[in-house]
Amino acid sequence: MKTDILMVGVGGQGTVLASDILCDVALSAGYDVKKSEIHGMAQRGGSVISHVRIGKKVFSPVIPVGSADILVSFEKMEFLRYFEYINNETILLLNEGKIYPPGAAGGEEKYPDSLIEEKITIFKKYYLLNAFDIADKVFNRKVTSTVMLGKLASVLEIKPDIWKDVISEKVPPKTKGKNIEAFDAGYNT
Amino acid sequence: MEKRVLSGNAAIARGAYESGIGLVSSYPGTPSSEITDNIKMYDEIYSEWATNEKVALEVAIGSSIAGTRSMTCMKHVGLNVASDPLMTLSYTGVNAGIVVVVADDPNMFSSQNEQDSRHYARFAKIPMLEPSDSNEAKHFVKLAVEISEKYSTPVLLRSVTRLSHSMSVVDIGSRENVSRKNLDVNIPKWVMVPANARKRHFFVEDRLKNIQTDYDNDILNLASEELNSKKIGIVTSGIAYQYVKEALPDASLLKLNMVYPLPLGKIKEFSKKVEKLFVVEELDPFIENEVIAYGLNLQRLDRSLMGELSVERVSKLFKNIDFGVLRFPSEYDDIDKDLPQRPPNMCAGCSHRGIFYAINRLKLFASGDIGCYTLGLLPPLSAIHSTVCMGASISMAHGIDKGSNGEYARKSVAVIGDSTFLHTGINGLINSFYNSGTSTVIILDNRITGMTGHQPNPATGLSINGTPAPQINIETLCKGMGIKNVKVVDPFNVEECLDTLKAETAKEELSVVITNRPCIFADRSVISSPYFVIRENCTGCKACVKVGCPAILWDSEKRLAFIDETMCTGCGLCPEVCKFDAINKLGE
Ligand SMILES: Cc1ncc(C[n+]2csc(CCOP(=O)(O)OP(=O)(O)O)c2C)c(N)n1
Repeated sequence: MKTDILMVGVGGQGTVLASDILCDVALSAGYDVKKSEIHGMAQRGGSVISHVRIGKKVFSPVIPVGSADILVSFEKMEFLRYFEYINNETILLLNEGKIYPPGAAGGEEKYPDSLIEEKITIFKKYYLLNAFDIADKVFNRKVTSTVMLGKLASVLEIKPDIWKDVISEKVPPKTKGKNIEAFDAGYNT
Repeated sequence: MEKRVLSGNAAIARGAYESGIGLVSSYPGTPSSEITDNIKMYDEIYSEWATNEKVALEVAIGSSIAGTRSMTCMKHVGLNVASDPLMTLSYTGVNAGIVVVVADDPNMFSSQNEQDSRHYARFAKIPMLEPSDSNEAKHFVKLAVEISEKYSTPVLLRSVTRLSHSMSVVDIGSRENVSRKNLDVNIPKWVMVPANARKRHFFVEDRLKNIQTDYDNDILNLASEELNSKKIGIVTSGIAYQYVKEALPDASLLKLNMVYPLPLGKIKEFSKKVEKLFVVEELDPFIENEVIAYGLNLQRLDRSLMGELSVERVSKLFKNIDFGVLRFPSEYDDIDKDLPQRPPNMCAGCSHRGIFYAINRLKLFASGDIGCYTLGLLPPLSAIHSTVCMGASISMAHGIDKGSNGEYARKSVAVIGDSTFLHTGINGLINSFYNSGTSTVIILDNRITGMTGHQPNPATGLSINGTPAPQINIETLCKGMGIKNVKVVDPFNVEECLDTLKAETAKEELSVVITNRPCIFADRSVISSPYFVIRENCTGCKACVKVGCPAILWDSEKRLAFIDETMCTGCGLCPEVCKFDAINKLGE
């Protein structure tokens, strides 16, 4: 098995913690795992990307062009930036919740709704969910990334119990229960 | 054995712990900062944020003399600052081991240049190790300590962004119990006056030869050969090894864990086992040049010296060579040209924004520096006009002053953050004062090192561990130097900023203007209820949009401004620029 998972979103959405959790899940399930991401400036709101590679033995920490098996987009338009990584087998998990880029909000550029509709059809399979709404229902926006992890777990072959153990360990103790609920909610949509 | 998934940086910290290092003094810098951020979690290690990299390395040298294994961590340009002690530390050698971690940034994700630190190893004639994943990163700290003590040399450990900020599986070990050595009282070794230094130079040259010979003879187990196809043989190291393994699974490899000095004899042996010999490395042709200079028949790769390598770049380099390389379909690559971007910006509520608004309004030339405030270069503020290296703003403003006979000093300012001021800016200020400069220096005292992840500094009042620490008062410091014009302003008070800057730049004397608001991330207590736009009053003049706050949005259909209340921190800057009383605080 080799699974290359690209997780993309907007700074402050919790993609880094989510990809950390995924790494520990893979390790617990007995795989080799590597992840790579670029974080430098402390500012929030920029596009963020984490490469997670799971397999028997992983070399490069970066997913080669055209090799992503799963693209998890924590925000509705972010997946559009990373098409060079997909191929005709790639699966898309898409949060339909939007975070307006400053351009679209500032009026100079429009949010690319029609482009999104057109481009999701390129994927072999795509799963849409509004992780913001689900997170709000369970608790608040802070558990959005756990909702997305739940959805991701539903397409991977690693037992939910392993995920829940790792999540319980990694999230702040006070929010453990809510995060498990969020995970289940994502898993079951 | 326990296994954990750790970043390269966390693994280096773990390596320091396991190898009995007792002191770490560092100055933050992406991508190296998290090493020391992680070190502070080990109670057994004394750690501190130093004021700059030179100071940090000198602290490590002192600690080595005192008998404690020591480490310092910095980004690539930090080593420029620390290069003065490094060059002579090579001569003195060490008492307890010294490891100098340097993190390069190929592709300049977060840096002002793309220098290749391997040259420092040759320049200082000291060994440099280069790990290729987190497990090696941890292990190589231990090797570095051993080599340091065995040969009496500082050892460089080189990382790159892709290693520091990648995670992979690490075997967790326990801490080596080392007892502290005695204070090293040895005048000929440690006092580098010419008579002693001349003798030590012989030592340096011999040491380098010994290390190289031991490397060649496998006494230092630092190179590994993987023989596969005879067609091509590749010498590689560090993160490039991972790309080669994936792109060219059939090639024969010689992986070098130490990149200086090189095991030239070993490389020669390896070259005899393959038809064609190549070096795959990132940035400068460092190994390539050494191997060619040694006279081996090496095929130079026609590669760009810029940016990072990758699996696809490596496979492209070899696609003209008849060899089974991987292909990467990228049918869908040209989609994002017109997508709205999410450029970096100063945060909503950032204490730097107001003063940049004032600089922009007064059309001053801003001699800039490095920090979050460098983002003041972006439109609509566009108020940073030069950035070279840390501390340069003040000295360059002095040069602008003296180089124009004072003319441009009336139309310019230096802009520098508190951490950068205390790093090397302060030397420039002393110089301006001593040489009767007339420039105006703005110190943005947000009391934290924002850019690199909010590390405390001497202006914070907290130690690396978050415990109370003595706090430098920058105003008192400047006044103590004897500078007459020292003004403190509230950066959210636009009128005050404008008036102060006008008055101070007009003076034919040195002035310092200090802003007094904390970083919104470092001190969340300053966040107050958000503002909102009263739609009836908004004329759509866009004055508020021009302060460049990410919380201020523009509704292009209704042609009105509105505020994202979840982002607004209530800093109060935008109501000041609104002439129509259209911005009000929620609940007032
Ligand atoms: C020699 C050197 N060391 C470290 C860095 C990394 N670095 C960039 S900006 C910065 C400090 C920023 O802090 P401050 O001046 O307080 O400004 P702020 O980001 O808080 O606005 C550091 C450490 C560098 N660029 N050069």
